[in-house]
Parts: sequence; structure tokens; C-alpha cells
Amino acid sequence: MIVSIASGKGGTGKTTVATNLASVLGISCQLLDCDVEEPNAHLFLDPVINQENKVFTLVPKVDAEKCKLCGRCQEVCAYNAIAVFGKKHLVFSALCHGCGACQYFCPHKAISEEKKEIGIVQKGTKNHLEIITGKMKIGEAMAPPVIREVKKYIKKDFITIIDAPPGTSCPVIESVKGSDYSVLVTEPTPFGLNDLKLGVEVLRKLKIPFGVIINRFDLGNDKTIQYCENQDIDILMKIPFDREIARVYSKGSLIIDEIPSYRQKFLELWESIKIKARK
Amino acid sequence: MKQILIISGKGGTGKTVVTAAFASLAENKILVDCDVDAANLHLILNPESQEVHEFRSGKTAFISKDQCCSCGLCQSLCRFEAIKKDTLSDKFLIDSVSCEGCGFCALACPSGAIEMKENLSGQWFVSNTRFGLFVHAKLGIAEENSGKLVATVKQKAKELAKKNNVDWIIVDGSPGIGCPVIASLSDVDCAIIVSEPTVSGIHDAKRVMEVADHFKVPVKMIINKFDLNEDMTKKIEMFSLESNIEVIGKIPFDKRIVESVSQGKTVIENGNQDLIKCFSEIWERVKKGFFAL
Ligand code: SF4
Ligand code: SF4
Ligand code: SF4
Ligand code: SF4
Repeated sequence: MIVSIASGKGGTGKTTVATNLASVLGISCQLLDCDVEEPNAHLFLDPVINQENKVFTLVPKVDAEKCKLCGRCQEVCAYNAIAVFGKKHLVFSALCHGCGACQYFCPHKAISEEKKEIGIVQKGTKNHLEIITGKMKIGEAMAPPVIREVKKYIKKDFITIIDAPPGTSCPVIESVKGSDYSVLVTEPTPFGLNDLKLGVEVLRKLKIPFGVIINRFDLGNDKTIQYCENQDIDILMKIPFDREIARVYSKGSLIIDEIPSYRQKFLELWESIKIKARK
Repeated sequence: MKQILIISGKGGTGKTVVTAAFASLAENKILVDCDVDAANLHLILNPESQEVHEFRSGKTAFISKDQCCSCGLCQSLCRFEAIKKDTLSDKFLIDSVSCEGCGFCALACPSGAIEMKENLSGQWFVSNTRFGLFVHAKLGIAEENSGKLVATVKQKAKELAKKNNVDWIIVDGSPGIGCPVIASLSDVDCAIIVSEPTVSGIHDAKRVMEVADHFKVPVKMIINKFDLNEDMTKKIEMFSLESNIEVIGKIPFDKRIVESVSQGKTVIENGNQDLIKCFSEIWERVKKGFFAL
């Protein structure tokens, strides 16, 4: 079963929920950190890394000997990533999506492809938990290929928890796609509610069943609860604002380790996710 | 005219609160929200839009069932697994969420069955607010190309800034380190990172610092909620010192900041004297930074 933890925006406690939930389940469970721009889960879990693979995309390479400067490649590229300027041929690899069209259509077979490193995927373990982290290289713009690589590690018979990136665009979609259930973590402030509504739209568009966790529920107003009730959205858990939780989080520890009563709460969360996901 | 960008690596660190405070404090400015994915600044600025523009970007493939002869070529060429076979009709279908709009399939299809249609991916606005002009946008759900929308918004802000002879362009940046942030950073005179004293906060601040460095944008640091973990705050101060980055302010954890957001006010409008003093000093340091340049 695949459960993704998402939020309209970062900083709402998404990683806290993902890491604590995965740790409390432990055996036959894997945690995928798909927030490849800013992966954070490993900071709380401190896994022993036992495998590291680079992630590549393919970018075109032009053989100047064979190229007749006909410009066909430039014509077929939807992203202006390849161009002929006078007698010169240029590839702008940062714009290239690696679709392969230029190579296919080059009438003179002048284009081959080469690998370009855009990130890494690390596999590690902590106790019985398997942790897969994707990390995008600085200065790269394309997260989805790194996320796709991370998701290749999904094991069928395992419980897979996905820590998704914030936002509503391509990286989020790529991360939550294929989930059996999603959890949206939010804060009861106007910012939080605004972002929650966007998250809800994404999940409805992708037809993924979901519920909401309200973090720091005593800090804001009750408009978020009203919204969930009006929209018939399940509230799975409420986490209070508590300086103790903030302190545990700030030093990079797990709540279930330092405040034992939360073990039970996260196990209960899992029970309700299981029931709701099946519906 | 100076352009300053407020970024954070990740959302939720108080970037928008700081931007809104600057909106209250700076004179003769234009405000910009580059967080097109999950814009929030409008909740405080309460804009009245003067101009609404459609943002079209990218294309999605569509297969006409009647023309498709089920040769399967498109499916074998598409590298984004966006083409599926409909087992009932034996025809091919596009999964529009996965389609990257490269157009490879449309060019290759022997029956000319595939058409590329332009996406309406969002809207952008020029608005009036009680603090002056505001350029912002809304990206459609599940739309890509937020980098391009950010670039569009920033371009417009720059034009308006020139026309109106403003002193400051104040930009609320987007989270992360990917395409929208890279687009936010272009043309910026100074990037201000709002960090928080947590293990992940430090990690994110460092990563976004590297990005700013990569694009050669000078950086300054603000530590928000500094009193939640003073050890971590020291760590941020240490690595800022080592990287030659000035820490221009430390903001305490204060419920009144959350309150001001809930009321749709800036901290300055709502604030008690301590908070006003704290944010005013930060703004003064931002200004001073430019005189020193
Ligand atoms: S299509 Fe091939 S031959 Fe023509 S310009 Fe491009 S690389 Fe050169
Ligand atoms: S692989 Fe696709 S995106 Fe890259 S240069 Fe060729 S046509 Fe353009
Ligand atoms: S390439 Fe064209 S004809 Fe062939 S399966 Fe695809 S849409 Fe149909
Ligand atoms: S346009 Fe590109 S990504 Fe979309 S279906 Fe066609 S080949 Fe695949």
C-alpha cells in the first residue's frame, strides 16, 4: 500500500508525520523522500546509507562531422533546447527534457545521446525501516526525473510512505501519483487554509482518496475545521502546538521516541488510514 | 531601483510575513509574489486587480480516436509513459497529467492523429493595494512551467517599476531550489533568506544559499523564531559568519505574528512596539546594505 504525505506548502509538519509514521510501523515499511529539492527525512532518521546511485537524463550530442546544419532538430524541439546559429550547433542542456525527438528526426543521423547527472538516490536503513532519498543537484531545474527514479524503489508487498514536496505543480503530481491514499498536513491559519484548498484540488484531480492532519491546531482559528466539515473531508489527527514538540523537532529527533504517548497516536493514525484507503 | 528577493529554501519559515512587513516599511515600491504555486501574500495585501492576464504555456497531446490506426508507434516513442492503450477499443490514449508536451508523438504519428493543444496554465494580475502596486499570479492546479510564469511576473514588475520610477522591487520568492526559484533569482540585487533554527531549517537554508551562490546573487540572513532553539540559532549564525553572510535580524517566536496574519494585517500594522522595532531594524539594515555596496 502506498500512502503519500503532502501539503500545499512546506513547513506544516509533513516530514514530521512521514518520519514518525514510518518509524512506528518499522518492519516491512519503506519511506521515500520525494522532496528532492530539499530532502529532510534523513535528518530525523539518520539512516545508514548502503547504496547510492546517480540519476541521469539523456541530452543530445551532435556529431559536427555528420551535421549538415539543416535545422530540423531545432524545428522539432518544443523547448528551444537545441539550435543552429550560422555555422554552429548548440545544445542548452538545462532546457532539454530528454524527449528524444531531435535524435529521431535528424535526417543525417548526427545526433546521439549522452548522460547528464541531475541528482542522486540514496538507499539506507534505520532499524527495520528502509529509507530512499532523492536529491537534486544544485542549479538543476528538473525534479520529476529524480522523483521517478526514487519511486522505482517501491516494493510491492511493503507499506510505502512517500514524503511529497510542497506546492501543486509537476513535482507534487509526480510524487503522489499512484498513491492508494494521501494525507494532507495543514495548519489552521489563513495561509495554511489557502494551501490546503490547493492540495485538495490536486488530490481530487488525481482521484486519490485523502484525509487531513491539522498541526498546531490550537494556534489558529477554526475555519480549517469548518472547511473540512463542509467539504466532507476526514480529519485524521490533530497535533497541538507544544513547545516540547517544537524542541524535539528543532533538534532533529522523532516525537515518538521522546514523547512516548505519540507512539499510540501514530499507530491509531495508521489504523484509520488503512480503513479509509480501502473504502 | 533595487530588487530584493525573500526566499527560504522551504515554505513555512515566515518568508511571507517578512515580505509583508517590508511592504509596510519601504517607501515607493512595487510588490511581487513569485510563489505562484501556493501564493499567500495576497491574503495580507488584499489586492484589487486592475489587470488580469491569461498565462498560456506548454501543450498537451490529444489523439483523435477516429484517425488512430493503432500502430503503437507513439507509445513506443514517448519517454514519459504518457500514452496508454485502451484495452476495450484497442486505441491509444494520452494521460494528460503525464504528458510533457514535447510533441514527439504528434510529429511521428503516421496517420496525423495527434494534435498538440495549448494549455491555459494560469493567470497573472496587476493589482492595487494599500501599499502600492502588486504583481502576482495563480498557477492552475497540476500545471507545469511555474518557472516561466515567475519570469513573466517579474518581467512585468520590472516594466512597471521603470515606468513609475520606484525605488524598490520587493519579491516574495518561491520555495525550494528548482525552476521557480532559479527564475525568481534572475536580476535580483540581494536575496534575503528567512531561516529557522531547526535541523531541517538549517539544511534548507544552506541548500538555497548554494543556489543563490551558484547564480552569484548576494545573500543576507534572517533567523525567524530564533528563541525556539538557541543552540541551532548559534549554528546558523556560525555558518553565516563563515560564509561571509550578514545576519540582519532575529525574530522571536511570538503568537502576535500569527494573529496579525489571521487578521490580514502586516506585523507593522498590527504589531506591538517590540515587533515593530524588530522588523524596522531589519529593514534599516537592508537599506544600509545598499548604501555600503
Ligand atoms: S537535424 Fe541533424 S543535421 Fe540537421 S541541424 Fe540538427 S543535428 Fe544537424
Ligand atoms: S531531446 Fe527533446 S528536448 Fe532535448 S534537445 Fe532534443 S528535442 Fe529538445
Ligand atoms: S502513432 Fe498515431 S496512429 Fe499510431 S497509435 Fe499513435 S496515434 Fe495511433
Ligand atoms: S507530447 Fe511527448 S510527452 Fe506528450 S504524449 Fe506525446 S510524446 Fe508523450
